[in-house]
Amino acid sequence: MTISLSLHTQPDVPLEAELISPDKLAGLTTAEIEKQTVEHGNQKTTIADFFTVAGEKSDSLVLEGDLSKIKHIGSGMSFGKININGDVGAHLGTAMSGGEIVVEGNVGDWLAPEMLAGRVEVKGNAGHMVGSAYRGSPAGILGGEIIIHGNARNEVGHAMRNGMIVIGGDSGDFTGVNMLAGTIIVLGELGIRTGAGLRRGSVVCMKNSKLLPTFSYSCVYQPTYLRLYLLYLQSLGLGIREEQIMGHYERWCGDIIEFNRGEILLYHE
Amino acid sequence: MTSYIRISNGKVYDPSNNVDGQIQDICIENGKIVETVPADARKIDASGMVIMPGGVDIHCHIAGPKVNLARKLQPEDHRHDPHPGTLHTRSGSGGTVPSTFATGYRYATLGYTTAMEAAVTPIGARHTLEELHDTPVIDKGFYVLLGNNIFLQQLLKEGRKEEFKQAVAWWINSTKAYTTKLVNPGGDEPWKGKKNSNVSDIDEKVTETDISPRQIIDAFIDAVNELGLPHPPHVHCNNLGHSGNFKTTLETMRTAGDRRVHLAHIQFHSYAGEIGKNPGSAAREIADYVNDHPNISCDVGQVMFGKSTIMTADAPLAYMLRGIAKGKWVNADTECESGCGIVPFKYQEHVYVHAMQWAIGLELFLLSKDPWRIILSTDHPNGGSFMNYPKLIKLLMDSSFRKEELSRANQKAINKTLLPELDREYSLNEIAIITRAGPARCLGLSNKGHLGVGADADITIYDDQQDKELMFNAPRYVFKSGIPVISNHEFCEDHTGKLLHVAPDYDESIVDSVRPFFENYYSIEFDNYAVDDSYLHDHEIIPTINQ
Repeated sequence: MTISLSLHTQPDVPLEAELISPDKLAGLTTAEIEKQTVEHGNQKTTIADFFTVAGEKSDSLVLEGDLSKIKHIGSGMSFGKININGDVGAHLGTAMSGGEIVVEGNVGDWLAPEMLAGRVEVKGNAGHMVGSAYRGSPAGILGGEIIIHGNARNEVGHAMRNGMIVIGGDSGDFTGVNMLAGTIIVLGELGIRTGAGLRRGSVVCMKNSKLLPTFSYSCVYQPTYLRLYLLYLQSLGLGIREEQIMGHYERWCGDIIEFNRGEILLYHE
Repeated sequence: MTSYIRISNGKVYDPSNNVDGQIQDICIENGKIVETVPADARKIDASGMVIMPGGVDIHCHIAGPKVNLARKLQPEDHRHDPHPGTLHTRSGSGGTVPSTFATGYRYATLGYTTAMEAAVTPIGARHTLEELHDTPVIDKGFYVLLGNNIFLQQLLKEGRKEEFKQAVAWWINSTKAYTTKLVNPGGDEPWKGKKNSNVSDIDEKVTETDISPRQIIDAFIDAVNELGLPHPPHVHCNNLGHSGNFKTTLETMRTAGDRRVHLAHIQFHSYAGEIGKNPGSAAREIADYVNDHPNISCDVGQVMFGKSTIMTADAPLAYMLRGIAKGKWVNADTECESGCGIVPFKYQEHVYVHAMQWAIGLELFLLSKDPWRIILSTDHPNGGSFMNYPKLIKLLMDSSFRKEELSRANQKAINKTLLPELDREYSLNEIAIITRAGPARCLGLSNKGHLGVGADADITIYDDQQDKELMFNAPRYVFKSGIPVISNHEFCEDHTGKLLHVAPDYDESIVDSVRPFFENYYSIEFDNYAVDDSYLHDHEIIPTINQ
């Protein structure tokens, strides 16, 4: 049994829908869900104004339609599952502490910022600020995993402290900026200024990249831990080649301005 | 249209008029308190309630460039504490440094109706006035920073005391300030010129100008007293936060002799011990001196555990604290006639120094013999947000609650203070003095802080509850200038509040001395420097003693 919400009316301005999360809806009947209020600009509206609701009392939500104007879905969720069959808007899974979100389409900016635990998988592309800290916060994601099959834009993993972010395609500029710890794996191209202000943690990329002058070359080696990660990603259907799993990687240390304790690993053809 | 209100059956606490909990009627006509009102006046039944004048905050940081910088530095603080609007009030954001609108409304929800911004650089006056205009409900004013002003120090060095006084008056008039503020007098300029340099002794000559902090303090006390300003110089002593600084504080008070002076956030200046080592408490020495000298007034600057924002014109201090907090920080206003530093901070119960600071503040309150001169403040947001006032009041009024809180703080620190032996509990009358009547008297605001005939109808009505924190957290009614801003705990009307400032007389010819200095060194045209009257909006000039 699942709760299914399918969009019948596109909102004029983005809809603030923190409410669409198993934490808030799991115990409710269909009629109760329809009456829940969501903020549409400065108007208070109900879920039924925009969605057709089916099913009740379930910790599994299925969302249908072009949800690119629906924001904050799954904010603070701690259990259950949300399947989104379409595109979805910004702030998906903000500060989530458990459960799983799977998106079949693309997501907007601010995917799972300041996430604590749980899992997000995106089959399409993502916007800016994937798994990052909100402005002013000392740390981004503290755990969990974010898997994006397509591309992501700027500031992936800004100030992340733990957990894993994987980009199947290319990532934008400032990947891992101010990162405190954790792992970012990019299978496509990196943008510029990767790891600026990186304190600890690893950024791994399968393509060569021009790095900041504050990163220094240390060696070529075969990191054992990386095989575990790559085998897992292969099982998820990401394009990992066999030679990458057993391959050699260039290790670059940095950022020197933060005492040189982090690393960027580039696949060595 | 004339509006009449009669508030009856409430227990009135009006220490200025020797009313201590008697049941009395309070009558309001057009924003003022009057003897009586016609029978058809609006009636408010205050049975079971406590009536006090509106609160007066003598020292807080709520507007101006440095406050705005602290807002910009901490977006996370706002995100976690939105301040929604109501039908009558505007929205804003909270945290330790709320937005202008939220600041005004939040003061009102505590029953405070007047607040004084304690440190504004002269060049920031225009910005401050605009922000104060956007701070609703409360009446407000600000103190202008003149203690590190090169031009004024130059005059002192050359012994031109009369011109010094005239220049101070010109600066106050040009900024629309309420009084002068001295912050680490003489210490900021050397620090701006050379990293880690500062003055560490009140008699140490500042290399650049060859005068000592004591000479600066002495000159300001003389000048302000001769100008007859309603509030004396507001002094943030040298060596704030350093162990052993109580000697500097005592020397500062001795400099005043029997002349009036106000010492700001004196808790931060009451530390025993050796410099560079953990502080001990010198609250006894400081409280004794203040008790014996009626010319001295002070506010405590109590530290409250939890989040705060260090925000000060004492730039070298902020630089020192940034090494302790290890997070983001900022120095600014280095090009202005003062300094500025901002460090987000957290006071923690288990930390020795923080527990010591907390205990010293409470010691000062409890050792005070004259509540009229030791005034409640947290140096908002330095010791904690003003939203902590109700909890602080409960700490003072309820010794069993205090013991409970005490047992949670660092015992090594607490046991070095007198706090475990102090059983004093403040009465409601004394609370009315330290939060209302006392600060109003120190500020020379004859229409504030009391409920006598002719006073401004700034009135707070609380439900009389056992738990004083709950009681002071949620007044049932708040009247500002006779307008019921809060009624039955809900905002029901907005109000702008007015600017309180002074305009001492001065000799126009001083402009001829100041102008060349501006033309040589300032990046702003002299004619654009003084704030004109269009920035005043609603305002009241508090007359000097000579006017």
